Amino acid sequence: MKSKMTFESAVSRLEEIVASLQDSTVSLEESLKLYEEGAKLSKYCYETLEKAEQKVRTLTGEETINEA
Amino acid sequence: MNAHTNVLTVTQLNTYVKSILEGDRNLQAVYVQGEISNFTDHYRSGHLYFSLKDSGGVIKAVMFAGNARRLRFKPEDGMKVLACGKVSLYEVTGQYQFYVNELQPVGAGALAIAFEQLKNRLEKEGLFAEEHKKALPRCPERIGVVTSPTGAAVRDILNILARRWPLSEVVLCPVLVQGEGAAQQIAEAIARFNREKAADVLIVGRGGGSIEDLWAFNEECVARAVAESKIPIISAVGHETDFTICDFVADLRAPTPSAAAELAVPDRGEVLRNLLHTDEVLRNSLQNRMNLERQKLDRVTTALGESFNRPLEKSHQKLSKLMAQLDALSPLKVLGRGYAVIKKEDGTILENASEAAPDEILHLRLKNGALKCRVLEQEQV
Repeated sequence: MKSKMTFESAVSRLEEIVASLQDSTVSLEESLKLYEEGAKLSKYCYETLEKAEQKVRTLTGEETINEA
Repeated sequence: MNAHTNVLTVTQLNTYVKSILEGDRNLQAVYVQGEISNFTDHYRSGHLYFSLKDSGGVIKAVMFAGNARRLRFKPEDGMKVLACGKVSLYEVTGQYQFYVNELQPVGAGALAIAFEQLKNRLEKEGLFAEEHKKALPRCPERIGVVTSPTGAAVRDILNILARRWPLSEVVLCPVLVQGEGAAQQIAEAIARFNREKAADVLIVGRGGGSIEDLWAFNEECVARAVAESKIPIISAVGHETDFTICDFVADLRAPTPSAAAELAVPDRGEVLRNLLHTDEVLRNSLQNRMNLERQKLDRVTTALGESFNRPLEKSHQKLSKLMAQLDALSPLKVLGRGYAVIKKEDGTILENASEAAPDEILHLRLKNGALKCRVLEQEQV
Protein backbone atom coordinates (compact mmCIF):
# COMPACT_ATOMS: atom_id res chain seq x y z
CA MET A 1 0.00 0.00 0.00
CA LYS A 2 1.16 3.51 -0.79
CA SER A 3 2.44 5.34 2.27
CA LYS A 4 0.63 8.56 1.37
CA MET A 5 -2.97 7.51 1.04
CA THR A 6 -5.79 9.78 2.08
CA PHE A 7 -8.48 8.42 4.30
CA GLU A 8 -11.08 9.31 1.72
CA SER A 9 -9.35 7.50 -1.13
CA ALA A 10 -8.85 4.46 1.11
CA VAL A 11 -12.55 4.35 1.92
CA SER A 12 -13.49 4.79 -1.75
CA ARG A 13 -11.21 1.93 -2.78
CA LEU A 14 -12.62 -0.23 0.00
CA GLU A 15 -16.16 0.39 -1.24
CA GLU A 16 -15.05 -0.47 -4.75
CA ILE A 17 -13.57 -3.75 -3.54
CA VAL A 18 -16.71 -4.70 -1.65
CA ALA A 19 -18.74 -4.09 -4.81
CA SER A 20 -16.38 -6.24 -6.90
CA LEU A 21 -16.49 -9.05 -4.36
CA GLN A 22 -20.25 -9.21 -4.72
CA ASP A 23 -19.88 -9.58 -8.45
CA SER A 24 -19.62 -13.31 -9.19
CA THR A 25 -18.07 -12.73 -12.62
CA VAL A 26 -14.81 -11.74 -10.96
CA SER A 27 -12.53 -14.77 -10.85
CA LEU A 28 -11.92 -16.51 -7.55
CA GLU A 29 -8.20 -15.72 -7.66
CA GLU A 30 -9.00 -12.06 -8.24
CA SER A 31 -11.54 -12.16 -5.39
CA LEU A 32 -8.93 -13.48 -2.99
CA LYS A 33 -6.53 -10.74 -4.01
CA LEU A 34 -9.24 -8.12 -3.63
CA TYR A 35 -10.17 -9.44 -0.22
CA GLU A 36 -6.58 -9.22 0.94
CA GLU A 37 -6.34 -5.64 -0.28
CA GLY A 38 -9.67 -4.80 1.33
CA ALA A 39 -8.65 -6.23 4.66
CA LYS A 40 -5.48 -4.12 4.61
CA LEU A 41 -7.41 -0.98 3.70
CA SER A 42 -9.95 -1.61 6.41
CA LYS A 43 -7.17 -2.02 8.97
CA TYR A 44 -5.48 1.17 7.73
CA CYS A 45 -8.74 3.14 8.02
CA TYR A 46 -9.37 1.85 11.54
CA GLU A 47 -5.89 2.73 12.69
CA THR A 48 -6.03 6.15 11.10
CA LEU A 49 -9.32 6.90 12.81
CA GLU A 50 -8.17 5.59 16.16
CA LYS A 51 -4.81 7.30 16.20
CA ALA A 52 -5.89 10.65 14.79
CA GLU A 53 -4.99 13.73 16.79
CA GLN A 54 -6.01 17.18 15.69
CA LYS A 55 -3.24 19.36 14.28
CA VAL A 56 -3.67 23.11 14.24
CA ARG A 57 -1.46 25.67 12.62
CA THR A 58 -1.88 29.28 11.69
CA LEU A 59 -1.08 30.42 8.20
CA THR A 60 1.81 32.43 9.53
CA GLY A 61 2.71 30.46 12.64
CA GLU A 62 4.14 27.11 13.69
CA GLU A 63 2.43 23.78 13.76
CA THR A 64 0.98 22.84 17.14
CA ILE A 65 -1.06 20.02 18.62
CA ASN A 66 -4.41 21.10 19.90
CA GLU A 67 -5.06 20.18 23.54
CA ALA A 68 -8.82 20.27 23.14
CA MET B 1 -26.41 106.47 -9.13
CA ASN B 2 -23.13 106.81 -7.36
CA ALA B 3 -21.52 104.22 -9.39
CA HIS B 4 -18.09 104.50 -7.91
CA THR B 5 -18.90 104.43 -4.22
CA ASN B 6 -20.13 100.84 -3.55
CA VAL B 7 -19.41 98.87 -6.67
CA LEU B 8 -18.41 95.27 -6.05
CA THR B 9 -17.09 92.67 -8.37
CA VAL B 10 -19.16 89.48 -8.76
CA THR B 11 -16.51 87.62 -6.90
CA GLN B 12 -16.57 90.12 -4.06
CA LEU B 13 -20.34 89.82 -3.82
CA ASN B 14 -20.24 86.03 -3.79
CA THR B 15 -17.45 86.03 -1.25
CA TYR B 16 -19.39 88.44 0.91
CA VAL B 17 -22.60 86.42 0.81
CA LYS B 18 -20.60 83.26 1.45
CA SER B 19 -19.00 84.83 4.52
CA ILE B 20 -22.41 85.80 5.84
CA LEU B 21 -23.74 82.28 5.35
CA GLU B 22 -20.69 80.73 6.92
CA GLY B 23 -20.73 83.25 9.74
CA ASP B 24 -24.14 82.06 10.85
CA ARG B 25 -23.51 79.31 13.36
CA ASN B 26 -27.03 77.99 12.83
CA LEU B 27 -26.21 77.19 9.22
CA GLN B 28 -22.98 75.37 9.98
CA ALA B 29 -24.55 72.27 11.50
CA VAL B 30 -27.93 71.76 9.94
CA TYR B 31 -30.04 68.67 9.70
CA VAL B 32 -32.23 68.69 6.63
CA GLN B 33 -34.76 66.12 5.66
CA GLY B 34 -35.81 65.75 2.06
CA GLU B 35 -36.00 63.58 -1.00
CA ILE B 36 -33.05 63.02 -3.28
CA SER B 37 -33.41 64.07 -6.91
CA ASN B 38 -31.03 64.59 -9.82
CA PHE B 39 -28.54 62.32 -8.20
CA THR B 40 -25.16 62.20 -9.97
CA ASP B 41 -22.32 59.99 -8.91
CA HIS B 42 -19.17 61.66 -10.12
CA TYR B 43 -17.13 58.54 -10.69
CA ARG B 44 -13.80 60.19 -11.32
CA SER B 45 -13.73 62.44 -8.29
CA GLY B 46 -15.96 60.38 -6.04
CA HIS B 47 -18.05 63.47 -5.17
CA LEU B 48 -21.81 63.09 -5.10
CA TYR B 49 -24.07 65.81 -6.52
CA PHE B 50 -27.79 65.88 -5.99
CA SER B 51 -30.75 67.98 -4.91
CA LEU B 52 -32.84 67.73 -1.81
CA LYS B 53 -36.45 68.63 -2.28
CA ASP B 54 -39.80 68.69 -0.62
CA SER B 55 -43.19 69.80 -1.87
CA GLY B 56 -42.26 73.43 -1.49
CA GLY B 57 -38.74 73.72 -2.83
CA VAL B 58 -35.33 72.42 -3.80
CA ILE B 59 -31.78 72.93 -2.59
CA LYS B 60 -28.60 71.85 -4.37
CA ALA B 61 -26.43 69.52 -2.36
CA VAL B 62 -22.95 68.09 -2.67
CA MET B 63 -21.18 65.39 -0.74
CA PHE B 64 -17.45 65.26 -1.18
CA ALA B 65 -15.59 62.03 -1.80
CA GLY B 66 -14.06 61.87 1.67
CA ASN B 67 -17.50 61.72 3.24
CA ALA B 68 -19.13 59.79 0.41
CA ARG B 69 -16.67 56.92 0.85
CA ARG B 70 -18.06 56.27 4.31
CA LEU B 71 -21.59 55.77 3.00
CA ARG B 72 -22.77 52.24 3.33
CA PHE B 73 -25.64 52.60 0.92
CA LYS B 74 -25.92 54.09 -2.49
CA PRO B 75 -28.18 57.17 -2.60
CA GLU B 76 -30.85 57.03 -5.28
CA ASP B 77 -33.41 59.42 -6.68
CA GLY B 78 -36.62 59.36 -4.70
CA MET B 79 -34.92 58.17 -1.52
CA LYS B 80 -35.95 60.03 1.63
CA VAL B 81 -32.90 61.06 3.56
CA LEU B 82 -31.74 63.00 6.56
CA ALA B 83 -28.67 65.04 5.65
CA CYS B 84 -26.31 66.72 8.05
CA GLY B 85 -23.98 69.44 6.86
CA LYS B 86 -23.49 73.14 6.41
CA VAL B 87 -24.94 75.77 4.14
CA SER B 88 -22.61 77.76 1.96
CA LEU B 89 -22.20 79.23 -1.45
CA TYR B 90 -20.28 78.01 -4.48
CA GLU B 91 -18.70 81.17 -5.78
CA VAL B 92 -18.10 79.89 -9.34
CA THR B 93 -21.80 79.57 -9.99
CA GLY B 94 -23.17 81.80 -7.25
CA GLN B 95 -25.18 78.84 -6.24
CA TYR B 96 -26.11 78.54 -2.62
CA GLN B 97 -25.99 74.92 -1.59
CA PHE B 98 -25.91 72.33 1.10
CA TYR B 99 -22.58 70.63 1.83
CA VAL B 100 -23.44 67.24 3.20
CA ASN B 101 -21.17 65.48 5.69
CA GLU B 102 -23.47 62.65 6.62
CA LEU B 103 -26.44 61.08 4.95
CA GLN B 104 -28.91 58.59 6.37
CA PRO B 105 -31.94 57.02 4.83
CA VAL B 106 -35.17 57.87 6.59
CA GLY B 107 -37.29 54.87 7.53
CA ALA B 108 -35.26 51.75 6.86
CA GLY B 109 -31.75 51.93 8.30
CA ALA B 110 -28.79 52.75 6.13
CA LEU B 111 -27.36 49.29 6.63
CA ALA B 112 -30.60 47.58 5.74
CA ILE B 113 -30.75 49.57 2.52
CA ALA B 114 -27.12 48.95 1.76
CA PHE B 115 -27.69 45.26 2.35
CA GLU B 116 -30.65 45.11 -0.03
CA GLN B 117 -28.82 47.13 -2.67
CA LEU B 118 -25.72 44.96 -2.67
CA LYS B 119 -27.76 41.79 -2.46
CA ASN B 120 -29.85 42.76 -5.48
CA ARG B 121 -26.83 43.77 -7.47
CA LEU B 122 -24.85 40.61 -6.79
CA GLU B 123 -27.89 38.44 -7.32
CA LYS B 124 -28.36 39.99 -10.77
CA GLU B 125 -24.72 39.27 -11.48
CA GLY B 126 -25.38 35.63 -10.67
CA LEU B 127 -23.09 35.37 -7.65
CA PHE B 128 -25.69 33.47 -5.64
CA ALA B 129 -26.59 31.04 -8.43
CA GLU B 130 -26.92 27.38 -7.48
CA GLU B 131 -24.72 26.27 -10.36
CA HIS B 132 -21.78 28.13 -8.81
CA LYS B 133 -22.07 26.25 -5.55
CA LYS B 134 -19.18 23.85 -5.14
CA ALA B 135 -19.59 20.49 -3.45
CA LEU B 136 -17.81 20.07 -0.12
CA PRO B 137 -15.20 17.31 0.17
CA ARG B 138 -16.43 14.31 2.16
CA CYS B 139 -13.35 14.05 4.36
CA PRO B 140 -11.30 17.24 4.00
CA GLU B 141 -7.65 16.81 4.93
CA ARG B 142 -7.12 20.47 5.70
CA ILE B 143 -9.79 22.84 6.97
CA GLY B 144 -9.08 26.54 6.68
CA VAL B 145 -10.68 28.80 9.27
CA VAL B 146 -10.99 32.53 8.68
CA THR B 147 -12.17 34.22 11.86
CA SER B 148 -11.01 36.15 14.89
CA PRO B 149 -8.30 34.28 16.83
CA THR B 150 -9.82 35.32 20.16
CA GLY B 151 -13.57 34.85 19.75
CA ALA B 152 -15.78 32.04 20.99
CA ALA B 153 -16.29 31.05 17.36
CA VAL B 154 -12.75 29.76 16.86
CA ARG B 155 -12.89 27.80 20.13
CA ASP B 156 -16.21 26.21 19.18
CA ILE B 157 -14.95 25.32 15.72
CA LEU B 158 -11.73 23.76 17.03
CA ASN B 159 -13.55 21.79 19.73
CA ILE B 160 -16.08 20.35 17.35
CA LEU B 161 -13.51 19.50 14.69
CA ALA B 162 -11.32 17.80 17.30
CA ARG B 163 -14.24 15.76 18.61
CA ARG B 164 -15.79 14.81 15.29
CA TRP B 165 -12.87 14.49 12.93
CA PRO B 166 -9.36 14.88 14.36
CA LEU B 167 -7.91 13.51 11.11
CA SER B 168 -8.06 16.92 9.51
CA GLU B 169 -5.42 19.54 9.94
CA VAL B 170 -6.89 22.90 10.92
CA VAL B 171 -5.28 25.91 9.30
CA LEU B 172 -6.19 29.13 11.05
CA CYS B 173 -5.96 32.52 9.43
CA PRO B 174 -6.63 35.09 12.14
CA VAL B 175 -8.43 38.23 10.98
CA LEU B 176 -10.37 41.18 12.37
CA VAL B 177 -14.04 40.39 12.05
CA GLN B 178 -15.42 43.84 12.77
CA GLY B 179 -14.42 47.44 12.48
CA GLU B 180 -12.13 49.28 10.12
CA GLY B 181 -10.31 46.99 7.70
CA ALA B 182 -12.07 43.80 8.78
CA ALA B 183 -13.69 43.15 5.41
CA GLN B 184 -10.37 43.63 3.59
CA GLN B 185 -8.62 41.21 5.96
CA ILE B 186 -11.32 38.59 5.49
CA ALA B 187 -11.19 38.95 1.71
CA GLU B 188 -7.39 38.76 1.72
CA ALA B 189 -7.40 35.66 3.93
CA ILE B 190 -9.73 33.88 1.50
CA ALA B 191 -7.54 34.91 -1.42
CA ARG B 192 -4.43 33.73 0.44
CA PHE B 193 -5.86 30.30 1.16
CA ASN B 194 -6.52 30.01 -2.56
CA ARG B 195 -3.09 31.26 -3.60
CA GLU B 196 -1.30 28.89 -1.24
CA LYS B 197 -3.79 26.03 -1.79
CA ALA B 198 -3.67 25.72 1.98
CA ALA B 199 -7.05 24.08 2.59
CA ASP B 200 -9.66 21.75 1.05
CA VAL B 201 -12.57 23.61 2.59
CA LEU B 202 -12.89 27.00 4.29
CA ILE B 203 -15.00 28.10 7.22
CA VAL B 204 -15.46 31.87 7.15
CA GLY B 205 -17.35 33.51 9.98
CA ARG B 206 -17.69 34.89 13.46
CA GLY B 207 -19.96 34.69 16.48
CA GLY B 208 -23.12 36.70 17.02
CA GLY B 209 -23.35 40.47 17.24
CA SER B 210 -25.32 43.49 16.09
CA ILE B 211 -25.83 44.16 12.41
CA GLU B 212 -22.99 46.70 12.64
CA ASP B 213 -20.73 44.07 14.19
CA LEU B 214 -21.48 41.63 11.40
CA TRP B 215 -21.15 44.27 8.73
CA ALA B 216 -17.78 43.20 7.34
CA PHE B 217 -19.52 40.07 6.01
CA ASN B 218 -21.88 42.29 4.03
CA GLU B 219 -19.11 44.12 2.24
CA GLU B 220 -18.67 43.66 -1.46
CA CYS B 221 -14.97 42.76 -1.25
CA VAL B 222 -15.81 39.78 0.97
CA ALA B 223 -18.58 38.70 -1.38
CA ARG B 224 -16.19 38.90 -4.35
CA ALA B 225 -13.47 36.95 -2.56
CA VAL B 226 -15.95 34.21 -1.65
CA ALA B 227 -17.28 34.10 -5.22
CA GLU B 228 -13.78 33.82 -6.69
CA SER B 229 -12.59 31.15 -4.27
CA LYS B 230 -11.76 27.79 -5.85
CA ILE B 231 -11.90 26.26 -2.38
CA PRO B 232 -15.48 25.51 -1.22
CA ILE B 233 -16.57 27.92 1.51
CA ILE B 234 -18.94 27.43 4.44
CA SER B 235 -20.20 30.78 5.69
CA ALA B 236 -20.99 30.95 9.40
CA VAL B 237 -21.82 34.44 10.54
CA GLY B 238 -23.58 35.20 13.81
CA HIS B 239 -26.65 33.31 14.91
CA GLU B 240 -29.22 31.29 13.06
CA THR B 241 -31.34 34.37 12.31
CA ASP B 242 -28.50 36.47 10.88
CA PHE B 243 -28.18 36.47 7.11
CA THR B 244 -25.23 38.15 5.44
CA ILE B 245 -24.19 38.65 1.84
CA CYS B 246 -21.32 36.27 2.56
CA ASP B 247 -23.92 33.58 3.39
CA PHE B 248 -25.60 34.01 0.02
CA VAL B 249 -22.39 33.79 -2.00
CA ALA B 250 -20.87 30.92 -0.02
CA ASP B 251 -21.22 27.33 -1.18
CA LEU B 252 -22.98 26.46 2.05
CA ARG B 253 -24.48 28.60 4.82
CA ALA B 254 -24.18 27.34 8.35
CA PRO B 255 -26.46 28.86 10.99
CA THR B 256 -23.57 29.19 13.48
CA PRO B 257 -19.79 28.62 13.56
CA SER B 258 -20.35 25.39 15.53
CA ALA B 259 -22.75 24.17 12.89
CA ALA B 260 -20.18 25.02 10.21
CA ALA B 261 -17.67 22.74 11.92
CA GLU B 262 -20.27 19.97 12.03
CA LEU B 263 -21.04 20.41 8.33
CA ALA B 264 -17.37 20.50 7.32
CA VAL B 265 -16.45 17.01 8.51
CA PRO B 266 -18.02 13.59 9.02
CA ASP B 267 -18.42 12.12 12.49
CA ARG B 268 -15.67 9.74 13.55
CA GLY B 269 -18.05 7.46 15.48
CA GLU B 270 -20.35 7.15 12.53
CA VAL B 271 -17.50 6.49 10.12
CA LEU B 272 -16.16 3.83 12.49
CA ARG B 273 -19.55 2.14 12.58
CA ASN B 274 -19.77 2.25 8.78
CA LEU B 275 -16.30 0.83 8.54
CA LEU B 276 -17.26 -1.99 10.85
CA HIS B 277 -20.19 -2.75 8.60
CA THR B 278 -18.05 -2.57 5.45
CA ASP B 279 -15.56 -4.91 7.07
CA GLU B 280 -18.32 -7.39 7.77
CA VAL B 281 -19.66 -7.13 4.23
CA LEU B 282 -16.14 -7.66 2.95
CA ARG B 283 -15.71 -10.85 4.94
CA ASN B 284 -19.21 -12.12 4.14
CA SER B 285 -18.71 -11.45 0.45
CA LEU B 286 -15.64 -13.63 0.38
CA GLN B 287 -17.33 -16.29 2.51
CA ASN B 288 -20.32 -16.32 0.15
CA ARG B 289 -18.06 -16.57 -2.80
CA MET B 290 -16.17 -19.48 -1.27
CA ASN B 291 -19.43 -21.27 -0.47
CA LEU B 292 -20.61 -20.72 -3.98
CA GLU B 293 -17.39 -22.13 -5.42
CA ARG B 294 -17.57 -25.11 -3.06
CA GLN B 295 -21.10 -25.92 -4.18
CA LYS B 296 -20.05 -25.62 -7.76
CA LEU B 297 -17.18 -28.02 -7.11
CA ASP B 298 -19.51 -30.49 -5.39
CA ARG B 299 -21.86 -30.43 -8.31
CA VAL B 300 -19.09 -31.05 -10.80
CA THR B 301 -17.67 -33.92 -8.74
CA THR B 302 -21.06 -35.61 -8.49
CA ALA B 303 -21.67 -35.20 -12.19
CA LEU B 304 -18.30 -36.71 -12.97
CA GLY B 305 -19.03 -39.82 -10.81
CA GLU B 306 -22.42 -40.26 -12.39
CA SER B 307 -21.18 -40.08 -15.91
CA PHE B 308 -18.71 -42.88 -15.11
CA ASN B 309 -21.15 -45.17 -13.30
CA ARG B 310 -24.21 -44.89 -15.43
CA PRO B 311 -23.33 -47.38 -18.32
CA LEU B 312 -22.30 -50.08 -15.86
CA GLU B 313 -25.45 -49.67 -13.88
CA LYS B 314 -27.52 -49.90 -17.01
CA SER B 315 -26.00 -53.27 -18.07
CA HIS B 316 -26.47 -54.54 -14.59
CA GLN B 317 -30.13 -53.68 -14.68
CA LYS B 318 -30.57 -55.26 -18.09
CA LEU B 319 -28.94 -58.47 -16.93
CA SER B 320 -31.19 -58.89 -13.91
CA LYS B 321 -34.22 -58.25 -16.05
CA LEU B 322 -33.16 -60.93 -18.50
CA MET B 323 -32.52 -63.34 -15.71
CA ALA B 324 -35.97 -62.70 -14.27
CA GLN B 325 -37.55 -63.34 -17.66
CA LEU B 326 -35.53 -66.48 -18.13
CA ASP B 327 -36.52 -67.67 -14.72
CA ALA B 328 -40.21 -67.03 -15.39
CA LEU B 329 -40.10 -68.97 -18.60
CA SER B 330 -38.19 -71.95 -17.23
CA PRO B 331 -40.20 -75.25 -17.42
CA LEU B 332 -38.77 -76.17 -14.07
CA LYS B 333 -40.83 -73.32 -12.70
CA VAL B 334 -44.04 -75.06 -13.91
CA LEU B 335 -42.97 -78.33 -12.34
CA GLY B 336 -42.47 -76.32 -9.14
CA ARG B 337 -46.20 -75.69 -9.08
CA GLY B 338 -47.02 -79.49 -9.03
CA TYR B 339 -47.10 -80.34 -12.73
CA ALA B 340 -45.22 -83.20 -14.41
CA VAL B 341 -43.84 -83.85 -17.84
CA ILE B 342 -44.72 -87.26 -19.24
CA LYS B 343 -42.55 -88.92 -21.89
CA LYS B 344 -42.88 -92.17 -23.74
CA GLU B 345 -40.04 -94.66 -23.85
CA ASP B 346 -38.85 -93.08 -27.10
CA GLY B 347 -38.68 -89.67 -25.44
CA THR B 348 -41.70 -88.04 -27.12
CA ILE B 349 -43.79 -85.90 -24.82
CA LEU B 350 -47.28 -87.18 -24.17
CA GLU B 351 -50.01 -84.63 -24.77
CA ASN B 352 -53.19 -86.78 -25.21
CA ALA B 353 -54.30 -89.78 -23.14
CA SER B 354 -55.14 -91.61 -26.37
CA GLU B 355 -51.45 -91.71 -27.29
CA ALA B 356 -50.72 -94.18 -24.51
CA ALA B 357 -51.86 -97.80 -24.62
CA PRO B 358 -52.57 -99.88 -21.48
CA ASP B 359 -49.48 -101.51 -20.04
CA GLU B 360 -47.21 -98.98 -21.75
CA ILE B 361 -44.27 -97.70 -19.79
CA LEU B 362 -44.20 -93.88 -19.29
CA HIS B 363 -41.56 -91.62 -17.72
CA LEU B 364 -42.77 -88.77 -15.37
CA ARG B 365 -40.50 -85.83 -14.72
CA LEU B 366 -41.39 -84.06 -11.45
CA LYS B 367 -39.94 -81.01 -9.75
CA ASN B 368 -37.63 -83.24 -7.83
CA GLY B 369 -36.71 -86.54 -9.49
CA ALA B 370 -38.56 -88.81 -11.99
CA LEU B 371 -40.86 -91.86 -11.93
CA LYS B 372 -41.19 -94.86 -14.28
CA CYS B 373 -44.94 -95.81 -14.50
CA ARG B 374 -47.18 -98.36 -16.20
CA VAL B 375 -50.56 -97.36 -17.75
CA LEU B 376 -53.41 -99.25 -16.15
CA GLU B 377 -56.31 -98.07 -18.11
CA GLN B 378 -57.33 -95.28 -20.49
CA GLU B 379 -60.10 -93.10 -19.16
CA GLN B 380 -62.23 -90.93 -21.30
CA VAL B 381 -62.64 -87.48 -19.78
